[in-house]
Amino acid sequence: MTGETAQFAKDILRQWVFVLAAAPILPGLAARTKSWFSGRKGPPVLQLYWDILKLFRKGTVYSRSTTSVLRAGPVISFSAAMAASLMIPFGGMEAPLTFQGDLILFAYLWGLSRFFTMTAALDTGSAFEGMGASREAIFSCLAEPALLLGFLALAREAGSLSMSDLLSVGLIRIWSIHAPALCLVAAAMAVVFLTENSRIPIDDPNTHLELTMIHEVMVLDHGGPDLALIEYASAVKFFVLGALLVRIVYPIRSGGFWDGGEVLLLGLAALAVLVGVVESTMARFRLSRIPQLLTLSFVLSGFGVILSLAAPR
Amino acid sequence: MTMDALTARNGESFRTVDVPRLPADRFRREILDSVARGLRISTYFGFRPGAANTRLLCVLADDSEKTLSVLSCEPGGRFESLTPDCPQAHLFEREIAEQFGIVPEGHPWMKPVRYPDARDSIPGDTAFFSAEGEELHEVAVGPVHAGIIEPGHFRFQCRGEDVLHLEIQLGYQHRGAETLLESSPAPRAMAVAESIAGDTAIGHALAYCAVHESLSSGAVPPRAEAIRAVALELERLANHVGDLGALCGDVGFLPSAAYFGRLRGEFLNLLMDLSGNRNGRSLIRPGGVRFDLTADMAGDFSERIGRAERDIASAADLMFETPSVQARFEGTGRISERACRDLGLVGPTARACGVPRDVRSDHPHGAYRSARIPVSTIEGGDVYARAMLKHLEIARSISFLLSQIQDLPAGTLKQPCAAARPGRMAVSLVEGWRGEIAHAGITGESGEILRYKVKDPSFHNWTALAMALRDTPISDFPLCNKSFNLSYAGHDL
Repeated sequence: MTGETAQFAKDILRQWVFVLAAAPILPGLAARTKSWFSGRKGPPVLQLYWDILKLFRKGTVYSRSTTSVLRAGPVISFSAAMAASLMIPFGGMEAPLTFQGDLILFAYLWGLSRFFTMTAALDTGSAFEGMGASREAIFSCLAEPALLLGFLALAREAGSLSMSDLLSVGLIRIWSIHAPALCLVAAAMAVVFLTENSRIPIDDPNTHLELTMIHEVMVLDHGGPDLALIEYASAVKFFVLGALLVRIVYPIRSGGFWDGGEVLLLGLAALAVLVGVVESTMARFRLSRIPQLLTLSFVLSGFGVILSLAAPR
Repeated sequence: MTMDALTARNGESFRTVDVPRLPADRFRREILDSVARGLRISTYFGFRPGAANTRLLCVLADDSEKTLSVLSCEPGGRFESLTPDCPQAHLFEREIAEQFGIVPEGHPWMKPVRYPDARDSIPGDTAFFSAEGEELHEVAVGPVHAGIIEPGHFRFQCRGEDVLHLEIQLGYQHRGAETLLESSPAPRAMAVAESIAGDTAIGHALAYCAVHESLSSGAVPPRAEAIRAVALELERLANHVGDLGALCGDVGFLPSAAYFGRLRGEFLNLLMDLSGNRNGRSLIRPGGVRFDLTADMAGDFSERIGRAERDIASAADLMFETPSVQARFEGTGRISERACRDLGLVGPTARACGVPRDVRSDHPHGAYRSARIPVSTIEGGDVYARAMLKHLEIARSISFLLSQIQDLPAGTLKQPCAAARPGRMAVSLVEGWRGEIAHAGITGESGEILRYKVKDPSFHNWTALAMALRDTPISDFPLCNKSFNLSYAGHDL
């Protein structure tokens, strides 16, 4: 028993160390791609590591009108992202944390993190942050069903409610017989990925214009270690949701933790570059058009479910 | 009609006593009739020499006749406001009330413009329009902003994401520019004129010099006129190109944003080579210009401008052919042609509403009297129209520039400018890159400047931004704001 617990703890630690070490490179790659497109040199790929390090060594300033709710936001969103990272299987292995129905936990860990980010934003009483929270609430309301329906289609195909089974070797067989359904799910997941990570065309991570922001405006009042946690959490979120997308599109046949991790990281790097390409070649949508895009992703996953139900098993 | 107003051309000076003094009601009726005939208020200001009564002077621009009408009245302590019948007078009347303490009765929106005495009043401490309701909320932005921009306060009344009303409160940058221009010695005043709006140094310097040359009946050599026009167009190009880049940046479209940003630098560098300053300061002086554009430089300039023209074309093609960019620009921040005429808008903003107003062809000055630039207009009045108009103007500016540079008149650069003649007034209009700049100067008995009035195009056009935001999503405010790119300093003086 103690041996099993020790192994479990070791698996968790190994996964966390990998995610924490690798995640901050991804936004750096996206930024570098954008710089290349606009003919600039751009920041070093490892810039986010230095930024996080710098922020952790700073102090914090809290407005007198805020409460502990503001301080809870970054801690909870970071913890939720780390917890969700444990459900991503590496290589052919099972994820450290896996049980029937874990995909519901996976989806709602992001919900939890969002809830606390939004309440932290509202806690400041700022008109900007209130607007950001309201936008985040409406857009996540629309992104959540797309994610869950996508999971439903995958679960139906895999015959299981566990992330590790959904993303297992079986996916290769499903691609060969039910490719249309998986294509629809992957497209929907890509939109969810861009929304959750506040990237163009939904949000602009680089803007300084508060009135147009969605996610960035909610964290304006955080600084120092709190901001470091937020930055780290968003890098981990990019890693974890990206890994979900990469594993759906490119199922990994076999391999241990390190082999699988290597392949996964390569896939994520390609995804980060792709995000940079998208951000360089199109403008951001008008805010009022974003619900249409999210509804589209919802419809895509919905059709994915219908296809997977209609197809003979 | 000739009895009621003095008619002059742009840059012409006249004796101040020749400006008709009308009774208040006739003054008011004359302005309303003129505006109804299609004239617009170019500048309207008070003037109080010594202990005398305040005199109101109004300069109306007749764009079809290429003339200016000047009329005046001495209303006493109160006068009937023009604003209810002629909205374009609203800010001028507020300014007159603030500077001279005379009350425009019936003005629907009396509040401070600039806070001339900061000891008595805190800038921005004024009443704002407010709306009440369960679904409404108020957003206040500024005067301190997230970007490195000038201070201004914006108060939005919103229903959800949509703006019902935007109220813009400026005045944080009031430096007393008009008073400084009246009281400073000549070299100092010239530097002040160049700092009225930092990005319009050439435009304001040109208007300032034209007033002084006109007051002293000094002529400007043709070569200097041509170099002034070259500098004015370079300033226009730098700013228009920068604006296109900033519009792309605001919608998150990076490639064009970066290329336009670099190209703006090309034009600033040309100004740098011409005058030693990237904004063209210290180039223009009364009587001419200080630096020459030699034959060698002319060849180099033509080549660099030609190269920039090709780069602009490719960056603009990318911008105007990307559907996601167009989806953001089209239909955003629309101003109707009627609103444009009612509010007396000027410059690219007016031309993007389909109203052909351009001082360079309506009231030509300097080199524009012989070499014409065709007026560009475009219908629509939205962000797309304003962006496209700037794109069109860039092309026309460049071809004007190239022909001027290749065919500069020979001759001297500068003629000494004599002292100003006594008892005269001069009005000078210049088409800066934002639109019509109007300067007016009045001299006293020994030729000293008694009153100097500056009007930056932003003074008209800030109201247009507020109008453009009605029923527009608040998240589109930065984009709309950038499409006007108005000056805070030019408004605040």
